[in-house]
Amino acid sequence: MNNSEKIFQDKIDREIKIEPKDWMPEQYRKTLIRQMSQHAHSEIVGMLPEGDWITRAPSLKRKAILIAKVQDEAGHGLYLYSGTETLNITREEMIDQLLTGKAKYSSIFNYPTLTWADIGAIGWLVDGAAIMNQIPLCRCSYGPYARAMIRICKEESFHQRQGFEILLTLSRGTDAQRNMAQDAINRWWWPSIMMFGPNDDASPHSAQSIAWKIKRFSNDELRQKFIDMCADQIKILGFTLPDDKLKWNKERNHYDFGEINWDEFWNVVNGNGPCNKERIAARIKAHEDGAWVREAAAAYAEKRKLKSQKAA
Amino acid sequence: MNNEWPLWEIFIRSKQGLDHKHAGSLHAADAQMAIENARDVYTRRMEGVSIWVVESKYIRASNPDDASSLYDPANDKAYRHPTFYNLPDELKHM
Repeated sequence: MNNSEKIFQDKIDREIKIEPKDWMPEQYRKTLIRQMSQHAHSEIVGMLPEGDWITRAPSLKRKAILIAKVQDEAGHGLYLYSGTETLNITREEMIDQLLTGKAKYSSIFNYPTLTWADIGAIGWLVDGAAIMNQIPLCRCSYGPYARAMIRICKEESFHQRQGFEILLTLSRGTDAQRNMAQDAINRWWWPSIMMFGPNDDASPHSAQSIAWKIKRFSNDELRQKFIDMCADQIKILGFTLPDDKLKWNKERNHYDFGEINWDEFWNVVNGNGPCNKERIAARIKAHEDGAWVREAAAAYAEKRKLKSQKAA
Repeated sequence: MNNEWPLWEIFIRSKQGLDHKHAGSLHAADAQMAIENARDVYTRRMEGVSIWVVESKYIRASNPDDASSLYDPANDKAYRHPTFYNLPDELKHM
């Protein structure tokens, strides 16, 4: 290890944050660019499945709440894009990587929202899983990422409560409403626990991320914590999780759970999920349709600058 | 003509009496748009009474590698700190 690397690792070991202009190993920079930009892409693409229900929310209050949540996700994407730019990559490059498929986003957003109850399931399970992952990230070694995560976590808990409250309301409704809620949970449960990534022994990059304190807990640790939490919370709803192997194990002091279908996970990650093509097509369309706005704003700013220079 | 909007750094004063704190960055075509975008992104839950925007290219920063030499002289001037002075316990209000 040369001197710069020693100083860098020493900061990491002593919980001193790494800031943008500090020396860092090239692989640290690359790993963070990949993780932070993909996190940002996930927020932006994540607006689409819920955005789909804004016009169909069952009441004005629910519509206003859903709009606020989707706006929050846009803001989270922006915090993360800004944070990533501190590592010397431009916004244009990152958007290009997303739209050409070079960069990924969380595969959970490749599933469709089929009913209003899906909005509840997403808030409770998907935002819940995101929170479980994001709280440790508030202490990650890279300053801008940690600070963005603190901002995001403050806003995220409303999302999860909103989702649970939707399901709670449905659970107290008609048989049709209860069935709709249970069906949504059945479809979103397994994809949500896949959000924590592959098993630890199938995750080769985890060891380096943990040594560099980008990752503070392993995939399996966080996944177990999430399952334990949801298995308790669902009792209040009076619904079930679609896992007949789910059972409290008093020796482990955790819930045992069934086998995850990793084939499905990799299939969706690799582009064959139900909505992959639709999500990217929507993002490409938004980018292309918005080009005239970007050009017009730049032209107008240039015109005003010249005008004020002439006047001076 | 360059269509890319420049990067701006955003500083927010969250309450009267506090100073502006760096909140992050964003892209905007000009200063007015930067302020409006900063309001939308960084003060969504009433976290600000004042916004400063500066194009990132105008920020001049010290080199982090110089940090120790920037601060070394201060570290060996302990007489600048109150605890350097040994005074009797009976002395009040000091």
